[in-house]
Amino acid sequence: MPDVLPPDSVGIVTPQTLHFSEPLLLACGKTLSDYQLVYETYGQLNAHKSNAVLICHALSGHHHAAGYHSMSDKRPGWWDSYIGPGKPIDTHKFYVVSLNNIGGCHGSTGPSSINPETGKPWGPDFPKLRVRDWVHSQARLADKLGIDVWAAVIGGSLGGMQAMRWTLEYPHRVRHCAVIASALKLSAQNIAFNETARQAIISDPNFHDGRYQEHDTVPRHGLGVARMIGHITYLSDYDMGEKFGRDLRSGSFDIGSDEDVEFQIESYLRYQGGNFAKQFDANSYLLITKALDYFDLGREYGDDPIAAFKLAQAKFLVISFSTDWRFAPERSHEIVSALIGANKAVTYAEIESKSGHDAFLLPDERYQQVFGRYLAGIATE
Amino acid sequence: MRIDLNEIQHWIKQGSRILDLGCGDGTLLKFLHDNKQTEGYGLEIDAEQINICIDKGLNVIEQNLDRGLGNFADNSFDTVLMTQALQTLHFPHKVLDEMLRVGKECIVTFPNFGHWKARYHLATRGRMPVSDLLPYEWYNTPNIHFCTFKDFEVLCREKNIKVIHRQVVNEQSVQLLKDAMPNLFGETAIYHLSKQ
Repeated sequence: MPDVLPPDSVGIVTPQTLHFSEPLLLACGKTLSDYQLVYETYGQLNAHKSNAVLICHALSGHHHAAGYHSMSDKRPGWWDSYIGPGKPIDTHKFYVVSLNNIGGCHGSTGPSSINPETGKPWGPDFPKLRVRDWVHSQARLADKLGIDVWAAVIGGSLGGMQAMRWTLEYPHRVRHCAVIASALKLSAQNIAFNETARQAIISDPNFHDGRYQEHDTVPRHGLGVARMIGHITYLSDYDMGEKFGRDLRSGSFDIGSDEDVEFQIESYLRYQGGNFAKQFDANSYLLITKALDYFDLGREYGDDPIAAFKLAQAKFLVISFSTDWRFAPERSHEIVSALIGANKAVTYAEIESKSGHDAFLLPDERYQQVFGRYLAGIATE
Repeated sequence: MRIDLNEIQHWIKQGSRILDLGCGDGTLLKFLHDNKQTEGYGLEIDAEQINICIDKGLNVIEQNLDRGLGNFADNSFDTVLMTQALQTLHFPHKVLDEMLRVGKECIVTFPNFGHWKARYHLATRGRMPVSDLLPYEWYNTPNIHFCTFKDFEVLCREKNIKVIHRQVVNEQSVQLLKDAMPNLFGETAIYHLSKQ
């Protein structure tokens, strides 16, 4: 909790909600007849409405990207290091829109919402989503906010996939696309991690085939284990070693311990898992990881990402992190190569970092410089 | 602008697609974009230089040349440029092959180690030359593969590379001597190359 708001904070922000009653046809063929989106905005939309930036969130993200909801908040929004006055996504220059995607669990319509047809929570019956469904729903939000063209669509990880998809679905509505720690598609190893996480959820006795809300329970343990698996893949070996090493929490190496939790890393992972399970919906986790698995930018373009990117009109900024093994620099090289092949404007930086995939969320001098200087250049366009 | 960069512009066609290997702060890319309406990319590994390129709005890609140009298709650029970087590469001959694969034409510039000052330095002092153009000690220099004019000519012959133009330039021009004995009086070599 800050006693005083930092001068480079967007300050106290209040989420807003918009209802959409025009049916949204989804990639799976089903229709979402009615839905709502929760979003936040930071900064001011200029008279030409040319300074709007869309933030696309990753697997566990949501609309609250920057600032505080109240002075009693323990922490600011998830990307506060990069959004604010004087920060890379400078709210003196840009009007920033950050939403919670449909299928999520932070206020936008998702599996834990009530299905109007049954009067019960959607649960496992919520339609399957693809990344493009999020893009289309975001475009509707842009329409309502009066934004024809985004100065930039920005996203890290799964958010980067949405940003890339934007440039293909709405080529004339994106001037710049920033793709951070992302990929054209997941590797088999990546899908394997997601599947293991899903199995942890599904095998929780409280899962009840996804109808746990009707049983007034939550598969908290399974969701916690799912998050533990994810969390391991977000950190680097080095980072974990630095932070926790082989330190014991109790007992000794000679005789061990009777405690349930022995090593510090165990304690940390359990804390992270437990905390996440209190805030996230298990069905949302299943739904969103599937959207990740299925994403493949070039699939419908003859499996050719070059052919796909030829449709794009945007200029691209691509950033990766040296120790990110979940979305390794090689995955970003593939994005850059495809963009070069399609003769698109692209700038690429590979940031030396010890923080693995999580680096895209953390303060880093070079990352801030590359990101900030690129965006400073487009603010004057 | 550095004198070799000034010469290069004469060999670049209006509106051509170029790739600049080791583009530094993007001076050449920006100049060619502004004056010859070129488009293309610069490759660089130095973080601060990359930042300056970003400030200029250039397409700069962080990429180590020693890793090759595998992400660039055959004949996908009109001209591939590499100025004053040849001598910093681990495998200059392989990068040259890659340049000729990716570009229809190539332009390479490098410091001529056969210049009389370098020869004089080594001959009289018995130590590796240090000069304004090459201001490093042998142990900390990024320049690990020096060659002379003649060396480069031999490499081009061995690799069956066609030399379209060759030129030497000096910061303080000693025209007559330079033209008569380029390997002795030329400071910087500029080669315009293509496949045979």
